[in-house]
Amino acid sequence: MTRLMRRRYLALRLDCEEPPERSEVSDAVWNAVLRLFGEVGASQAGLYLVKYDEKKRYAVLRCAHKALPLVRAAVASITRIGNAPVAVHVIRVSGTLKALSRKAASTS
Amino acid sequence: MKFVDLHLCLPWKDEGQARRLIAKSAELGYSQIGVPLQPSIQPEAVSQMRQVCDESGLDFVKRLDLAPRSPGELLAGLRRFRRSFEVVSVFCSSKAVARQAGKDRRVDLLCFQSFDPKKLFLDTAEAELASASGAALELDMAQILSSLEGKSGVGVFTRLRREVAAANSFDVPVIFSSGASKSLLLRKPQDYAALAFLFDVEASFALEALTKNPAAVVERNRKKLSLDYVAPGVRVIKETRRL
Repeated sequence: MTRLMRRRYLALRLDCEEPPERSEVSDAVWNAVLRLFGEVGASQAGLYLVKYDEKKRYAVLRCAHKALPLVRAAVASITRIGNAPVAVHVIRVSGTLKALSRKAASTS
Repeated sequence: MKFVDLHLCLPWKDEGQARRLIAKSAELGYSQIGVPLQPSIQPEAVSQMRQVCDESGLDFVKRLDLAPRSPGELLAGLRRFRRSFEVVSVFCSSKAVARQAGKDRRVDLLCFQSFDPKKLFLDTAEAELASASGAALELDMAQILSSLEGKSGVGVFTRLRREVAAANSFDVPVIFSSGASKSLLLRKPQDYAALAFLFDVEASFALEALTKNPAAVVERNRKKLSLDYVAPGVRVIKETRRL
């Protein structure tokens, strides 16, 4: 049986002085998507912050496969989280969490 | 794929910061960086920068940013400095400067500083001139990122769409550069390509703007600046003694 919605998982690395909290990261991504693509775009993106490691400044974001270009653009446009300047880099993109962790490990 | 960033603003007064930016560029996957320099820079300083870039595995490109107030000033600048730099970009502050820069074969990159749609941008007339002279349109991604901070991006994207469409209609190459002076404004080349999705640029076109187009500008100019260059298509292969 095929899944209703194909997903993509993005491994993100945050460049910043002080690591933000999980909710701040999630809010920053949501706000970027909302600001650039509106509520319709955000509703189609299927965003969810699967994992966030504050120490490693590493996050895994889930989105709908069709919304990947939109989410990548929104993530690249983030320059601040809270009041702190930040850069968010997409390390890898994958269709499953297992493959993502394998690819991200080989990249790092 | 060899990624090129033709505009990395290194703050050489703060050497530590400059070194961090160079290391970051290498880490993000760039292999060639263009650094804007003052025309009066000492050759020792240039060789020091080249060495720092070499240590990080980056190819250093000497770049000159000209910001003339009139076409005459532009011509004087080009006459004086063109042969000392590998890449010359012109900030077009007025229509007259933009027209002159567009038709001059010595200009490599055309930059339009502001993203205000009411201000000057690359129009079809300049694109036509630039296509004949071989100049490219440069878009600074750091400037785009900064202009989105806390403001609406409607005007920015409208203007970028118009510029890219004008450049496309006359086959003017488009180049994406970081234009970053801080490491937090640097992104991976793939992230810049993703950002270009916001002004309707396809991924393949965006990747060309980060690889093929800037590399072609550097290669063309290095050939021209080499000692064996005579004219387009003519170069010295072997020197023989006159009898």
